[in-house]
Amino acid sequence: MQLLVGEIENGIFLGAFFVLIALGYSMVYGILRLINFAHGDFYMMAAYVSFAIFGAVGISHLHSKWPVVLVVGLITMIATGALAVLAERLIYRPMRRAALLSLMIAALGLSQVLENGVLNIPAWGSQYRTYPVTSSAAGTSILGTQFTYAQIAMVIISGLLAVGVYYLVGRTLIGKAMRAVAEDRVAASLMGVNVDLVISLVFFVGGALAGAAAVMDSLYYGQINYLMGFTVGLQAFTAAVLGGIGNIAGAVVGGLLLGIVESIGTGIFGAEWSVVVAFGVLVVMLWVRPNGLLGERVARRM
Amino acid sequence: MSLLEVENISVFYGAVRGVSDISFSVEEGEIIALLGANGAGKSTVLKAISGIVRLRSGSIRLGGQPLPAGRPHRRVSQGLVQVPEGRHIFASLTVSENLELGGYIHAKSARARRERQTEVLALFPNLQDKLNQLAGRLSGGEQQALAIARAMMARPRVLMVDEPSLGLDPQKIDVVYDLLADIARSGTTVVLVEQNVALALELASRAYVLQQGTVVLSGEARALEKDERVAAAYLGGAPAAAAVG
Repeated sequence: MQLLVGEIENGIFLGAFFVLIALGYSMVYGILRLINFAHGDFYMMAAYVSFAIFGAVGISHLHSKWPVVLVVGLITMIATGALAVLAERLIYRPMRRAALLSLMIAALGLSQVLENGVLNIPAWGSQYRTYPVTSSAAGTSILGTQFTYAQIAMVIISGLLAVGVYYLVGRTLIGKAMRAVAEDRVAASLMGVNVDLVISLVFFVGGALAGAAAVMDSLYYGQINYLMGFTVGLQAFTAAVLGGIGNIAGAVVGGLLLGIVESIGTGIFGAEWSVVVAFGVLVVMLWVRPNGLLGERVARRM
Repeated sequence: MSLLEVENISVFYGAVRGVSDISFSVEEGEIIALLGANGAGKSTVLKAISGIVRLRSGSIRLGGQPLPAGRPHRRVSQGLVQVPEGRHIFASLTVSENLELGGYIHAKSARARRERQTEVLALFPNLQDKLNQLAGRLSGGEQQALAIARAMMARPRVLMVDEPSLGLDPQKIDVVYDLLADIARSGTTVVLVEQNVALALELASRAYVLQQGTVVLSGEARALEKDERVAAAYLGGAPAAAAVG
């Protein structure tokens, strides 16, 4: 029992990252019906952007330096949001009238461009790079399982960001405009909604969330690699599908659930099985309930 | 000077002609109707005014000023607001959210939107009790009323309504047409697109009849009601109507 509680707690920590990345997947899908396979690479780019900024600032211990980390995190979020906006503007927007399959292939292409771009930058390259800052090991026990304070802070930050997105989409006028554009682009434009701007904003928010996830992930695990976005991206995609893609609450539920399932799965089968468990979930889900757990409300896509 | 002047506009969908060389004008406070069978180009004219489709040639002026080229949302802030064919309400949003989006161009002031909503709901009392319902759950007539109410939120100078009678039973059609009459009486200019010619000619003061993308007839509604060609094509003879389509 104690073991299970621990696995669930670890799963929530793992799931918090999935939630942040799945939100971006889901929002972009909701508004464009596009599965943006480059989204995981926005996350990877964010890790390298923050890696470069930390390198330039030159700090190495998180404790007592957390305000700096926070500022770098915010800058990275903005930069990653801008990267996502740029990708939409330069690649997806000109293709908006094209078949969705073409867009998805373009997304895969962009993913390759970003990964191989990083690979070819000498300072980054193919090796694992040690992140200049790592979170401190100090921590406490929650329900019998040891967690660092940094982990607890990361889960709280993820939660706040998710609540922020929920509020943005559910309550604000621009959020209602996002849902309107997701449902009926032409009708939204006839209400005076600047559709292009709304789509850009969705990409920005998605990119920024991936940026936040990347910085926290890198602070915790301490290593980054040019392929790090690939697996996480697919896991987050699985989380989005699990909850019901296009749905904000679905991304949160799916992310946490996938984290927990993966954590329990690795507890049983061993860590080397984690990705197998994740994609096993994806396959089973697509088979038994392709609309996702919150799929009845698929009309309420965002 | 007319409020809205459409001059020799042509629209193409690829190589296919949508409308060509269409001209008409609308006076402030007037209701005009664009009539014609399915495919005659009526909706295309509204889309051109809203900026959803581009003009191949010709020009559109509002209040004497040429409309800036640009995307539809700019036209809305100029006061050109359209209720599209098939209503296009946001089914997964609540009635209240639909109305709020109608007032999107007053984005800066939530208070201005609420005040406008009170004014608009005075015209649409039936929507008052359904503000928190999902719009997709409304009946067809209510959805059409919501679509018009949503457009009124933007304080249109010209309200364009595309086929408001489509898919409604006669009783509901009367309700919608009474609403349009009220809106016109309160000073909003209305451009109505209809296949139901008899209905439209009752409401409008003037009408233009479109056929295969061009204006073939125009005049006072009273005169057109009696015009043999209109009567033959739309009001009476079914074989002739089929020929026009």
